Amino acid sequence: MSTSATPAPDQLPVETTATTTATPDATNPLTFEERQHARNLGIAYIVLAGISAIVLTGNGGTATFNLDGDRSFGLPAQPLAWFVAASLAVVAGVQLWRGFGKWTNVVLALSSVLIFMSFLAWAAAGREFSFIGMLASAVTFSTPLVFGACAGIMCERSGVVNIAIEGLLLNGAFTSAFVGSLASGWPGMGPKSGFWIGVVAAMITSAMFAWLLAWLAIRFKVDQVIVGFFINFFVLGLTSFLSSRVLTENPDYNDTPTLAAWNVPLLERIPVLGQILFQQTVFVYGAYVLVAVFTWFLFRSKWGLRTRAVGEHPRAADTLGVNVLRLRYRNVILAGAIAGFGGSWWTATLGRFNENITNGRGFIALAVVIVGRWHPVGALCAALLFGLFDSVADKLSLLNTGLPSEFIKMTPYLMTIVVVAGFVGRSRGPKAAGQPYESQ
Amino acid sequence: MTAATVDGSPADAPDPSERDKPRLVAFFDRIDAYNNLLLPVLAIVSALIAGALIIGLTDIDRLKEGDIGGILTTIKDAYLALPSGALGSLRGISETIVSATPLILAGLCFAVAARSGLFNIGATGQMFAGGMAAVWVGFSMDGPGIVQVPLALLAGIVGGGLWGGIVGFLKARTGAHEVITTIMTNYIAGLLTLWLLKTETFQQPGKDNPISKTVSSEGRLPKLFFWSDDPSLRAHWGFLVALAGAMFMWWLFERSKVGFELRTFGSNADAARYAGMKPATLTTLAMFIAGGLAGLGGATQIIGTQGYATESFAGTIGFDAIAVALLGRNKPLGIVFAALLFGILEAGGRKMQLETDIPLDVVLVLRALIVLFIAAPALTRLIWRLKSEGSTSVLQFRGWGA
Repeated sequence: MSTSATPAPDQLPVETTATTTATPDATNPLTFEERQHARNLGIAYIVLAGISAIVLTGNGGTATFNLDGDRSFGLPAQPLAWFVAASLAVVAGVQLWRGFGKWTNVVLALSSVLIFMSFLAWAAAGREFSFIGMLASAVTFSTPLVFGACAGIMCERSGVVNIAIEGLLLNGAFTSAFVGSLASGWPGMGPKSGFWIGVVAAMITSAMFAWLLAWLAIRFKVDQVIVGFFINFFVLGLTSFLSSRVLTENPDYNDTPTLAAWNVPLLERIPVLGQILFQQTVFVYGAYVLVAVFTWFLFRSKWGLRTRAVGEHPRAADTLGVNVLRLRYRNVILAGAIAGFGGSWWTATLGRFNENITNGRGFIALAVVIVGRWHPVGALCAALLFGLFDSVADKLSLLNTGLPSEFIKMTPYLMTIVVVAGFVGRSRGPKAAGQPYESQ
Repeated sequence: MTAATVDGSPADAPDPSERDKPRLVAFFDRIDAYNNLLLPVLAIVSALIAGALIIGLTDIDRLKEGDIGGILTTIKDAYLALPSGALGSLRGISETIVSATPLILAGLCFAVAARSGLFNIGATGQMFAGGMAAVWVGFSMDGPGIVQVPLALLAGIVGGGLWGGIVGFLKARTGAHEVITTIMTNYIAGLLTLWLLKTETFQQPGKDNPISKTVSSEGRLPKLFFWSDDPSLRAHWGFLVALAGAMFMWWLFERSKVGFELRTFGSNADAARYAGMKPATLTTLAMFIAGGLAGLGGATQIIGTQGYATESFAGTIGFDAIAVALLGRNKPLGIVFAALLFGILEAGGRKMQLETDIPLDVVLVLRALIVLFIAAPALTRLIWRLKSEGSTSVLQFRGWGA
């Protein structure tokens, strides 16, 4: 795969609809759609302000958020809720009156943080709450989502819809546990080196399933959504079958060491942040490196340009000499390897495989791709957000707030629908995703 | 983005040469025997062969000893246990029907949407919505069965229909792709069900786990084998409801004006728009009907099979139904047969697991493979060295953008 950094002579004037927004011209500053989005956003602020004023002011007392060691900070629940309600009302007014222009997203992010903190203060009013622990486990939970989403983005950017992320992750989890356990018994192998052999095997087998996806979708032009579903079904059936037929009878085949956290020297000592980001397993760091490298290659290299071209307008790319089908094959297979690596996160965390261990995380990764607008960094942010909701639901179930954890768990799904429906800015995928390509 | 044909078979164009053909050949031509009969049979045979390979290759103990004969015997026993477990006794037949009933309705749900050009994987969520509505009617009412059962079924249709209709409405109004929204609404429905089952209104008194109050015995669907007192014969009238659903789908697409519009919209949205049909209304309506059918499936599961709701009463039926619809080529009769076949696999698989120690999960593998070979006719032809004939693809849906 050509990955040279210098701008190639055959660069294509392709604009990615997934990342750029329409530029307003002088006479008509906002399109109809944009005005509608601005209005919807304003309404959303009003609703949030209302929730804050009516619901979140209900609990008195101070919530204590524990940071590392003996540091902590307290937030008085009721005054905070009133403050948040007032500021959101102001924000809503400004949004409806004239909008925030280029600050729209910043304001949205800040408002979200405000309402989130107010919500936590309401839930933990009068009690203590491990703030750092919650954020650290959000990072942990988001890791497989980042890998799955990157695999999805790589496929979809090159024009192949990948519903099969779930299956690829599940296969990664199974293979790494199975091969990892087998390999640790080989002469000269410890459990640790065995585990990494398992990870490599997971990458290879997931890449093979991804190749099957590409082969069926490209060679036989089977609908990509159906192939994806087939792979999900097949992997679920096969791994469950093998797990009850082979692994339960031979428990040695399903026993790998869990991966201990590896603290990054120096960085781990940064207060607060160090504990959240730099006292994690290699998989977490791998996810960050992957996002950085992938973003750079996707938007700065010849390969990335060609990939995006093939996903948006394969005919144009073909005319300029890009081998569309070969590039699709390569990218999908590479995506499979990434998903396989992501799948071995479960093995690293739990040290074993259980039936359907991924439990739909691959579908969440698909949502992450869309909420992240087909951009690796966006996907990282979305994955962190989804991970945050997971860990909040986890921690709040310990606090006994009376708020059913089901509703917290539901939030990311509702959020995805809101994003997909374009109530707060539309997320658009690569144009050619899902369409088989026939070179002439 | 253009829409491709959803229904594989070409329109029945009268051909003058038809008259000269022998009657049997003409008959097979008319029902499109290649696509509707040969291909499914080959797909099933291919899947069974691949399944046998998987069973054989995982028999580690025998493989180590090189006992090929033993492996072959296991495979033979397993595949003999499948039909005998499913059809060998009245109880087996009953279990087959019990498994097939919700699969038919959920498969119809997928097919109605698919023929309208929508990839509806939300049958799970729609079953939850319909089932919860039905169970609420079932335990809160106390009337004669003749009133209560139809009301519960109606509640199922409305519940599932509204849940599916939301997806259709979102698609029509905002273009939100139904694959994404249905995945999300499935999770939301599952979580809502779990929450509802813990509320005072729904939860069975004195229980800690999420389980609903029981539907009164009057409100249950009557037994299908009414002449027998054997409680293990669980098959109920839900099967007849499912068959009625299949007839409804046939009527909808073959006889009704709305169905004609849906079909046109499904195969060519632009043509439908130019002909003055309303895409937004059709999308919402298609998802409402589809959701209603799935909701009916959820309702039969509740007031027929289980009698109460649990957090997993929809199970994997919603996803299996996709395979059923694909195998049945999105036609009502095909779906009924495909669902019965899947029911046979399910009921027979349990006996197979008992007798040969082969995990039931092999049924999942078989189902996946059947879907593969159906969805990729070119692959099946390649394996069986058949010359190219008929349509190439079962289904194609619109991409993210449309």
